[in-house]
Amino acid sequence: MVSAMTEFPREQWYVAAYGREIGRELFSRTVCGESILFWRTGAGEVTATSDRCVHRRFPLAEPPSRLVGDRVVCGYHGFSYGADGRCVAVPGQTRVPRTARLRSYPVLERDSFVWVWIGDPERADAAAIPRARCLDAPGYTVVSGMEPLEAGYQLLVDNLLDLSHETYLHGGYIGTPEVADTPITTEVDDEAGVVYVSRRMADAECPPFYARSTGLSGRITRWQDIEYRPPCLYQLHSRIAPVGVLPNADLSDPAAFHVEVVYAITPETGHSTHDFWAVARDFALDDAGVSEFLAEQNRIVVLQDVAALNVLQRVLDTEPAGYQELSINIDTGGLAARRLLARLVERSEPRGTGDGAGRAATPVTAR
Amino acid sequence: MSAAPRRPAPAAGLLRVVWLPGSDRLRGCCHCGAELVADGPVQVWEWLLAHPVGHRAAVPATAVPTTAGTVR
Repeated sequence: MVSAMTEFPREQWYVAAYGREIGRELFSRTVCGESILFWRTGAGEVTATSDRCVHRRFPLAEPPSRLVGDRVVCGYHGFSYGADGRCVAVPGQTRVPRTARLRSYPVLERDSFVWVWIGDPERADAAAIPRARCLDAPGYTVVSGMEPLEAGYQLLVDNLLDLSHETYLHGGYIGTPEVADTPITTEVDDEAGVVYVSRRMADAECPPFYARSTGLSGRITRWQDIEYRPPCLYQLHSRIAPVGVLPNADLSDPAAFHVEVVYAITPETGHSTHDFWAVARDFALDDAGVSEFLAEQNRIVVLQDVAALNVLQRVLDTEPAGYQELSINIDTGGLAARRLLARLVERSEPRGTGDGAGRAATPVTAR
Repeated sequence: MSAAPRRPAPAAGLLRVVWLPGSDRLRGCCHCGAELVADGPVQVWEWLLAHPVGHRAAVPATAVPTTAGTVR
C-alpha cells in the first residue's frame, strides 16, 4: 500500500511556475506538499527556498514579509535571508544561529517553465529535466495558463492519457465522434520511462478548435501522438491536415498544421494539482486573433476537465476502500502510466524529518 | 487475426500494445518478439510485464477467451 508520505514520486523535477510568474515580488507555491518561496534576484536568477521562517514559521511570501535588494525579510520578527536561504540577520543580536537557514531547492528555468527538484538536492540532475522546446523556440507561437485542480494528479494523468473523453466531455471544442471511435497504439519505453499513445484518424470531422485556427473547412486527417514523461511532463503532438495529406518521404510536412499541447502535471498536495497547460502552434504565428482564440478555447477545455475531475475526486473520496474499476482498451495508455508512476513512488526515498532546514541545495549546472 | 499492419518487434526495453482495427482485441508485442492477443489492457500488460515468463519469441499469437472487459 502506498502511504500518504509517498503518494507522489519524489526525487523528481516538477514544474512550479512559468518564468513570467517569478519576479521581484515574493511568490509562493506548494509542490508535493512543500511550500516553496520563489523570487528573482537583481541579476535575474530564480531562487527557491522554504517559505517558512526558521524562527516561528511565518510564511515569507506573506506581507509584511518583503524583498529588500537580494534579501528576504520576514514580516514577523525581521529574520533576513539571502538568495541561498542562509540567514544573514536576526533581530537584537549579532550572532546568527548556525542552523538558521531555509531549505534551498535546486531550481532551473527551461522552456518557459520554472522546474524545481523535490528530493535530495544531491541527486538533482539538470539533464533529467524533460524538454518541451516548442514552448520557447523560434517557429512557434505559444499561449499558456495554469488552472488549480482539486483532485489528485493521478486523475489528471488518467484523463490526459485517454483522449477518447474528448468526444464526450469536450464536444463542440476539440471532441468529435472519430476520437472515441479510433483505435490506439500504445508503447512504453520501460528503460526511459516514457508512455506513447498514438491515435491516427484518417478521415475525421474538424472540431472548432482546429477549424477556426487553421482555416480548414472540410474533413481532416488528424493525428494525436501522446508522449508522457512521468511524473510531470505530458505532450500531445497534434497534426492536422486535409484528408489524405501526409508527410513527405523525407518527413517534411509543409501542408499540415502542427499543434503541441503541453501539460505539466504538478501535485500540490495529495488531493490537489497544478494543471499547467500550453498550446504551441507552427502556423499563423503573428495572428493575435488566433492566439486569443486558442487561449480561450483551451482554457475552456481545461476547465471542463477540472470540473469533471473535481467531481470525480469528491466522489472517489466517499468510496469505500478497495472499490473496483473497469478498464477497457481506451485505458491501455493510462494503465501504463499508472504503472510507471507507481514504480517512481516505490523508488522514492522516504521523506526526511523536518523540512530540511539548514541543508543547502547543490548548484545545478545548466546543460 | 486482424489485417492490422505488422511492425517489427519493439526495440529492447520497448513494449507495444496495438488495438486491432475492426475488433475489440489488443495485441501485445514484447521486445523479445513474442506476441499475445487478448481482450483487455490489464491482461496484456500483465503478460508483457511477466517477460520472459510465458513468452516464446516468434510464436503465433495466442488467443484468450473473450470477455466484455477487464475488472481490475
